[in-house]
Amino acid sequence: MFETLTAEPLFGIGLTLFIFVLAQRVYLKSRSHPLLTPVAVTIVAIIAILLIFDIPYQSYQKGGRYILFLLGPSVVALAVPLYRKRSEIYTKRGPILAGVTAGALVSIVSASGLAWLLGGSREVVLSMAPKSVTTPIAIALVEKIGGIPELTAAIVVLTGCIGAICGPEFCRLIGITSPSATGLAVGTASHGIGTARMLEVDLLAGAVSGLAIGLNGLVTACLLPLLFILFG
Amino acid sequence: MVRGMALLLLLQFLGELFSTWLALPVPGNVLGMGLLLAALLIGWVKIEWLEEAADLLLSNMALFFVPAGVGVMVYADLISREWLPISVALVLSTFFVMAVTGWVEQLLSRRRE
Repeated sequence: MFETLTAEPLFGIGLTLFIFVLAQRVYLKSRSHPLLTPVAVTIVAIIAILLIFDIPYQSYQKGGRYILFLLGPSVVALAVPLYRKRSEIYTKRGPILAGVTAGALVSIVSASGLAWLLGGSREVVLSMAPKSVTTPIAIALVEKIGGIPELTAAIVVLTGCIGAICGPEFCRLIGITSPSATGLAVGTASHGIGTARMLEVDLLAGAVSGLAIGLNGLVTACLLPLLFILFG
Repeated sequence: MVRGMALLLLLQFLGELFSTWLALPVPGNVLGMGLLLAALLIGWVKIEWLEEAADLLLSNMALFFVPAGVGVMVYADLISREWLPISVALVLSTFFVMAVTGWVEQLLSRRRE
């Protein structure tokens, strides 16, 4: 009976919402401790529950995919903060484009380069390359250069969690203080998951972070095949 | 609320359509964001039509990533096979990107003022 119930969409949707609400309460109680960022805590808790009760991942995703579906219109909705902050963003278009281009280059080179230096196999090195880009773009790119798409999908999500957990704090620590620079840094490094966190911190930072998802996707899509030809 | 949601889904659909038709490397939802921004700037779409739906989605955006994150468990042994290069490169590279992106933006913005 337990198996048939957990195979219903009700289970995946209900579990995700319930754990997320709990995680948000813990986060508020901890006075927003970065290590308790709700997305990361919820992901870890759900994986633990599935493993402990021996519930197949496929059963969870019967409901999970409905929640994931809402990500699509949310990305489209990022145009709203962009539109609201259009004049600030327009005056900073030069620095924003330069920042994203520099960040995209550093991301590809440092992710693959470090993995290679530490003895990673060719597949892993290639799969690391588009780690800072939003999932659908990253998967399309990695298929082109010959990495493992599933590994890239997991790496992209982990990268997003790192940016969401330590992004704003790390930026403050190294002297990145303006909202537009912080938003651009976190959005370029950790795409949508980082952007979700920035939207909670500041409206302009969230808007710039959302813009960075699209821009970094474009820049990486142009740079990565080129770098692959040069060094592959 | 329903009007805003309908518009967002319509633009996502148009984005997917263009992305597939023109075989662009950019996914439909990112293209939809660009199309919606253009529609707002031209004045075809009024911001008031969307605000309620957009704010509701964006204030809960982190939640929508949870199922994707849970998916990491399926590839756990793929990651654990080469966990050292993967984890170190992932963490350090993410910090490098944030530092360089933020510094470049801030430096160029200040120089202009």
